[in-house]
Amino acid sequence: MTTVTAPPKLSILVENVRKTFLLRHTHSFKEAFISKIKKKQTSTSFDALKDVSFEINEGESVAILGYNGSGKSTLLKLISGVLEPDAGRIRTRGRVGALIEVGAGFHPELSGRENVYLNAAILGMSKKEIDERFDDIVAFSEIEDFIDSEVKHYSSGMFLRLAFSVAIHVRLDILLVDEILSVGDAPFREKCRKKIRELIGEGKTMVVVSHDVGTVRELCDRGIVIKKGVKIFDGPVEEAIEALKNQ
Amino acid sequence: MFRRRYLLRLLVRKGVSTRYRNSALGWGWSYVKPLTQYAIYFFIMGTILGRGRGGIENFALYLLAGIVVVNLFNEAFTNATKSIVDNKALVKKIYLPRELFPVAAVIVAFIHFLPQAAVLTIVAALMGWVPTALELAAILLGTLIVVLFATGLGMIFGAVNVSFRDAENFVEIIRMLATWFSPVLYSYVLIVDKLDQVGHWLGTLYMLNPLTSAVELFHYGFWYGTTTDSRPTPPHLLVFSLVGLAACFVLIIVGQVVFRRFERRFAQDV
Repeated sequence: MTTVTAPPKLSILVENVRKTFLLRHTHSFKEAFISKIKKKQTSTSFDALKDVSFEINEGESVAILGYNGSGKSTLLKLISGVLEPDAGRIRTRGRVGALIEVGAGFHPELSGRENVYLNAAILGMSKKEIDERFDDIVAFSEIEDFIDSEVKHYSSGMFLRLAFSVAIHVRLDILLVDEILSVGDAPFREKCRKKIRELIGEGKTMVVVSHDVGTVRELCDRGIVIKKGVKIFDGPVEEAIEALKNQ
Repeated sequence: MFRRRYLLRLLVRKGVSTRYRNSALGWGWSYVKPLTQYAIYFFIMGTILGRGRGGIENFALYLLAGIVVVNLFNEAFTNATKSIVDNKALVKKIYLPRELFPVAAVIVAFIHFLPQAAVLTIVAALMGWVPTALELAAILLGTLIVVLFATGLGMIFGAVNVSFRDAENFVEIIRMLATWFSPVLYSYVLIVDKLDQVGHWLGTLYMLNPLTSAVELFHYGFWYGTTTDSRPTPPHLLVFSLVGLAACFVLIIVGQVVFRRFERRFAQDV
């Protein structure tokens, strides 16, 4: 008997992507106009990513490694769709969710409950889905007693726990994780890791950006190293960590 | 955007419920502010400058109808213009259809308009207003024109505002013009006559302003029926209204296009 394994399905495609930031020196019509007359340069450009290409298959867990300013976060924002590439193309299959700076959509004047609904909807959930998962979200964050008080009265730890809990309960196919495993105290961090391992086990595609070698080693099996906007290594995670150190 | 109806509803609810948080008067401000404005205009225009120059009967109601509709425009337009910048944190970090923000802002303004419309209805009823179907249709058409007009303009200015905060100040000027360049404080006859002396096209241009149509539609809906003298509604009001409505649809399409072009840069510029 022969088993035919289906070829792995492509989950994220990044092809010859370039992202240029224009640093504008003018911030009003007047300045822009005067600069134009004086033929002064109104902006300087800066390539955050230069011709980056890679493919990630479904179920893979990939770390993006690089030092500050290498373009990691820009890459993550491009994959999530917040930014658009200036050249090349990016394709993703399924629902993409980003654990990038969780809590961006929280409004301090609303209660925890209202914020859970608002943020889950922002992250793309329907009312029915949120109703179903609401209890799980609150239980995970461990702030049941305060769920109906305004978020502005929360401690920063409570706030982050709730925000993270919402983000991690959104049903996703691709999960982008940016330095958020530093949320909360040690037991909560461990809980988050467990949850993420669970998601990896379910076959979700995962892209992790972290400076913490331990986290990366634990969660990922492949690493992509970026230096000044250029991909310099793509392969097994241990070798990637070495490549990062030796660059 | 239609797929994210639920999110839109939550954004509107957030806009409505956080608007007057931490203020004792709360939504009372929605009455106090327009009433103050109304009182000033009524006193200056009605009493000092002589009851509604050009002898407008029931000037109190005439003025109220106009102010309510122009306020809807100003509120919706201003909110929509600021909406992208106000939601900076989200625009920068999470991908979602950004049109939701100006649209939600306009809807919040509309909800804000409802209590004012209720006051207007009560005042009109006290003055013996019994609406006919045609009058109600005029009111609805006027509201529709204003909402579409504000949405279209709001998308354009909201998008520009991301890169150039000048847009916000420009909107302030438009707000001022909106009150004075539509027949809110005076009768359209006065200005159109003056403009016609300069050139007929100028009078036509004035009438082509969708806000003029909307204000006149409100006058027709709420005020006209309570007067006894047969001061005519502006000639061709229906034509001008429909042209205005068509113009608003075009504006919305233009707004969409502009918005799309600028949207690419929202996350990095805001």
